[in-house]
Amino acid sequence: MSEATQNGPVAAGSGRASAGNERSRAGVPLIEARAVTRILAEVVPTTLVRDVDLTIGANEFVAITGPSGSGKSSLLYLLGLLDVPTAGEVRIRGKATSAMDEDERASTRLATIGFVFQFHFLLPEFSARDNVMLPMRALGTMSLQRMQERADALLGALGLAEHAGKRPDQLSGGQRQRVAVARALANEPPLILADEPTGSLDSKSSEQVFEILRDLVARHGKTVVAVTHDLGIAARIGRRIQLADGAIVADEGN
Amino acid sequence: MNLVLDIALTHVRARTRQTLVAVAGVMTGVGFSIMMAALMEGSQADFMRQLIDALPHITVSDERREVPSQPAEAAYAAVQMHGLTPETRRRGIKNPMATLASLERWVPGAVAPSVQTKAILRYAGRDVAASVTGIDPHREPKVSALARQMRQGSLPALYRATNAMILGDRLAEKIGARVGANITVQTSDGARLNAQVVGLFHAGVRQVDESTAYVLIKTAQVLAQQTGLVNEIRGRVSDPMAARAVAQRIERETGYKAVSWQEAHEDLLSAFVIRNVIMYTVVGAILLVASFGTYNIISTITHEKTRDIAILKSLGLHETTVRRIFVIEALLIGTAGALAGWVLGYALTAALGTIEFKVSGITDMTRLPLIYAPAHYAVAAAVALASSLVAGFFPARKAARLFPVDIIRGAT
Repeated sequence: MSEATQNGPVAAGSGRASAGNERSRAGVPLIEARAVTRILAEVVPTTLVRDVDLTIGANEFVAITGPSGSGKSSLLYLLGLLDVPTAGEVRIRGKATSAMDEDERASTRLATIGFVFQFHFLLPEFSARDNVMLPMRALGTMSLQRMQERADALLGALGLAEHAGKRPDQLSGGQRQRVAVARALANEPPLILADEPTGSLDSKSSEQVFEILRDLVARHGKTVVAVTHDLGIAARIGRRIQLADGAIVADEGN
Repeated sequence: MNLVLDIALTHVRARTRQTLVAVAGVMTGVGFSIMMAALMEGSQADFMRQLIDALPHITVSDERREVPSQPAEAAYAAVQMHGLTPETRRRGIKNPMATLASLERWVPGAVAPSVQTKAILRYAGRDVAASVTGIDPHREPKVSALARQMRQGSLPALYRATNAMILGDRLAEKIGARVGANITVQTSDGARLNAQVVGLFHAGVRQVDESTAYVLIKTAQVLAQQTGLVNEIRGRVSDPMAARAVAQRIERETGYKAVSWQEAHEDLLSAFVIRNVIMYTVVGAILLVASFGTYNIISTITHEKTRDIAILKSLGLHETTVRRIFVIEALLIGTAGALAGWVLGYALTAALGTIEFKVSGITDMTRLPLIYAPAHYAVAAAVALASSLVAGFFPARKAARLFPVDIIRGAT
């Protein structure tokens, strides 16, 4: 396990026990997909995801693998409420999302889901600390001082304490991705969705980020769903869902 | 700081040059609109003040607004009769003192009788036609600014000599007369008398200053060759804007034509309305052009920031919050422009106020008449903010409607 994760990124600066929260919800899957299909309505309609049934519980580490164009990211966006299925239903903690309006979906994302994308997607004019504080400020349940303390604690836990005041362009690729992880954890969501989180990193940084994600599951009770085309990394993840042509062809380790 | 405001400030700060250009656009619009409003309304107010101060608010003459029907027309109920000579009418207002007393009872202000006649003033071989007005020196100060306009002598001086006369300073200059000069006054009816100049006045209106003379009422009656003649009652009301209504009531009650200052200068007042429409159109156009600058920068920012918008929306920011960010950016530009525009507007107005005009036309104004009205500043800023709001709203709405997945998919 990396030095960064020794401090425990989720518990950093937090008074809440996320894992405990998830245990209290035992019995209800964290996320479910029922016959989910997504067709992109263009000149020639393209089926991105085809009739997917999937249940992911609390404290699981799931890898979604498959060749390019197999619908991995599209499925992740559907599970993360960034996209709307053409047919079928996505449930978060048992709650159907198809009837939600855009604002409800946004609120659910803010409180329940943390995203880590292949490219860090940090706001370039904001410091690492300010980027981590963004979801907390959007949620608006903490004082500014408390948010700063939590952001600094998260960055410290991920080995970025001395970089908190730097802007993204002053950080390396691996550091930026760790800032993105810290941002995903800011509101203590039970679910982390990662889209190729190591895709743009060198092997050392990839390993660091992978360890952080694994630590989130192992030590902090989070559920992590990571899209990856790296079979080496996928092999080290407990449950592997393989997609081909938008449909699940294998679900190993379930 | 509020998240929305923080992001908005960061965006506009990051584009210093573009932001400054947009702010300068709004500033110019606001500044010049304030200056134009100060100048246009200043000149209008100055002109109105001269009209209201220098002239009576209401003039009741011995004329009727409509030609009275002939007895024969009434007797035969005829629409029109040819060959009738109109009834010879005695000049002047009938029972002037009773009419005056009746008006004094209800007119809010003061009324004074006068006699209007025309005469030739002759002095040192020079003849000049003038309007000779017979006045009551005690009542006159209540209905006109003549007492304040005296440059030499005073109104009561009219009592000090037989046939005393006060001349407009330009009129005196024309005939070469000074205070103390004895001049000959002659009317077209052949009346003639010698008068002594006891004072000079300066109304500031060339037409008045070079063709008006004041005498006592009885002197004017001698010139008009009609004892007891009063052919004009002039009134001054406490609220000049109510003059039209008061004039209408006087006309109803006396039957004589009563002309308010508004009616007498209707054409000028309509010209002011047209002038104001033109002014506000020009000012509106300036501010509209300025708002294009704001629209341009907000559109540019939203275009450049599509990825950031996708990030914010994927994190869970609502559409309204995203829209608010860009609307606030437009309002920040509008507010900065309006504040800078206030300073520019004040400076431009102050600079205009220092310019001296030596030319003497209708009036002797030497500086531009300007008005410093808070309303001008408030209206200019409100229009600037409203146009900034509209300019920012459409790109903001477009930004808020971005579908984050489309951007994220495109980036990966």
